[in-house]
Amino acid sequence: MSKTKYILGLFADPDELMHGIDTLQKNSVPIYDVYTPMPIHGIERKLGIKDSRLGYAAFLFGCLGGTTIFSMAYYMLVHDWPMDIGGKPAFAIPDFVPITFEWTVLFTAFGMTLTFFFATHLFPGRTPRVMDLRATDDRFVIAIDAKGNIPHEDITNLLKEAGAVEVKHNDRKYVSYE
Amino acid sequence: MASHSESIIREPLITGKDITYAQITNDVLRPVENMPGKAWWIGFSVASLGACLWVFAVSYTFWYGIGSWGLNKTIGWAWDITGFVWWVGIGHAGTLISAILLLFRQNWRNSINRSAEAMTIFAVICAATYVVSHMGRPWLAYWPLPLPNQFGSLWVNFNSPLVWDVFAISTYFSVSLVFWYTGLLPDLATIRDRATGIRRKIYSVASFGWTGSVKTWQRFETVCLILAGISTPLVLSVHTIVSMDFATSLEPGWHTTIFPPYFVAGAIFSGFAMVQTLLLVTRKVLGLENYITMFHIEAMNKIILLTGSIVGVAYLTEFFIAYYSAGEYEQYTFLNRFIGPYWWAGCMMYGCNVLMTQLMWFKKIRTNIPISWVLSIVVNIGMWFERFVIIVVSLHRDFVPSSWAMFYPTWVDMSVFVGSIGLFFTMFLLFIRVLPSIAMAEVKLILKSSSEQAKLKLIKGGHVEQEEVQFYKESLTSFDSVDINDYK
Repeated sequence: MSKTKYILGLFADPDELMHGIDTLQKNSVPIYDVYTPMPIHGIERKLGIKDSRLGYAAFLFGCLGGTTIFSMAYYMLVHDWPMDIGGKPAFAIPDFVPITFEWTVLFTAFGMTLTFFFATHLFPGRTPRVMDLRATDDRFVIAIDAKGNIPHEDITNLLKEAGAVEVKHNDRKYVSYE
Repeated sequence: MASHSESIIREPLITGKDITYAQITNDVLRPVENMPGKAWWIGFSVASLGACLWVFAVSYTFWYGIGSWGLNKTIGWAWDITGFVWWVGIGHAGTLISAILLLFRQNWRNSINRSAEAMTIFAVICAATYVVSHMGRPWLAYWPLPLPNQFGSLWVNFNSPLVWDVFAISTYFSVSLVFWYTGLLPDLATIRDRATGIRRKIYSVASFGWTGSVKTWQRFETVCLILAGISTPLVLSVHTIVSMDFATSLEPGWHTTIFPPYFVAGAIFSGFAMVQTLLLVTRKVLGLENYITMFHIEAMNKIILLTGSIVGVAYLTEFFIAYYSAGEYEQYTFLNRFIGPYWWAGCMMYGCNVLMTQLMWFKKIRTNIPISWVLSIVVNIGMWFERFVIIVVSLHRDFVPSSWAMFYPTWVDMSVFVGSIGLFFTMFLLFIRVLPSIAMAEVKLILKSSSEQAKLKLIKGGHVEQEEVQFYKESLTSFDSVDINDYK
């Protein structure tokens, strides 16, 4: 029984990486994940990843921010302590537009970004789960779960044929752990 | 797709012969991973002396009060607000580059957005210090916030542009910070994965555990796009609201409806000038000529020309409206800019901002690095004087001649201003030491399509029109990082 946990195909070029994904998929080898130093456009469709729903979150946070500050302004200047400024109405809606806009933007930005961090498990001090240290530098890495995907040599050959510059058989899932 | 090849008639965004993904990482991280050179130390020493001066002058102001400034009964706002508006304006270019150019899919932003955004954050910090120090009693700086209080529950006045400004500047600063830091995550992870020991630990905490998996990148791009979408109106709103601090008053010279667009154009104008000032030096000192190319320099000069001309049109409009309004106070204010005791400030404003930038119409000047650098400083001097003219020169002679006065800055005024420049450069120099000054991931994205080597391959492939090749070669002659003999 081999000790290999993950098979990594390291590519030097994003187009060859895409070719590698195609080759693996054609041979029904399931892909665990792909790690790249830059965003690769079109890869999510290939891997069947659905569109991000962060846009909906952003919209809802924006609505929340605008409503919050508008209600605050209404409560403070109209309900709680209306001021007579030259006989003008206390409920001066146009004057509330700038602050409503600012907090819409503020809540959208923070709400959406924090949702992104939460959903992707990003937070300060999180132990990085890196499978190959060059994946943030100049290598485009396809990771394949070794369990059940045998024989490993076939996968190695497939990756090599597709243009992988290196194929690794890692005994540990994450190389970044001490 | 990364493999799409771009038209040959577009100038390359990355020059150099053997640029690989690894090469980009090495080049960008050289200043981060090695000890800084002599130039950095000299710059840092001078800048931090300036920052010390700032600390001293601001502490002096807090201790002795606003009376240590040169303000008087007539001129109650002077260098403080001038400095504030100047710094906020400078900040605008960073957001323009990172947000508006992203929405317009301008790929050349990829190599300058990081440092421009950093510059935005540092400039807004400098601006914010003015807001706090001009309050006189900075320990009461929380008063503009809508907090429950014991003054009979007297709330802040949301009808006031000064309160809008508190909301606008604080939102702008925090959203810019979020945008900048989110963009930094992948590059911090790159440093982390190359570092060892304590450095690795620090960058590990800072990179939030970034891995670069497919889903992370997909969400990252969504977040960046939406942040760009909301930052675009945000940046326009910020200087609009700053201008309303003036425009909603009854002061001649301030009370004009053209102020919002005029201030926004001026802000972008001065911001790009500051980006140019910083990057022309940075690219040389850090050896980043292959990433910040002549194309970037010329493109920024074109934006300076455009926004400078918009500012020029706004000046003319102001003069025309002053004449057409037949309001004698308004007319006097504008005449006073030329014939009053501050005529020299008026000349600096109109001369530096309108006349000097018109030189940018000439390609020879746009592509000349020393001249561009000098002009970028001229623009920022001019923009400082613009704010000085609008604020002090309008205030010093308005409705009642018996209250006319002059403004004489004290050494504290000057030290706060000079010190804030020192503070700004200290922060910028620290930034280029510890963080990647170019967004590596984004530059890698355009390597296969827009680099010089990709285009050279296209030419060698032979499937491009000869005329286009000729045009391309001619455009390369102005590049200082390209050896034109390779194309002979």
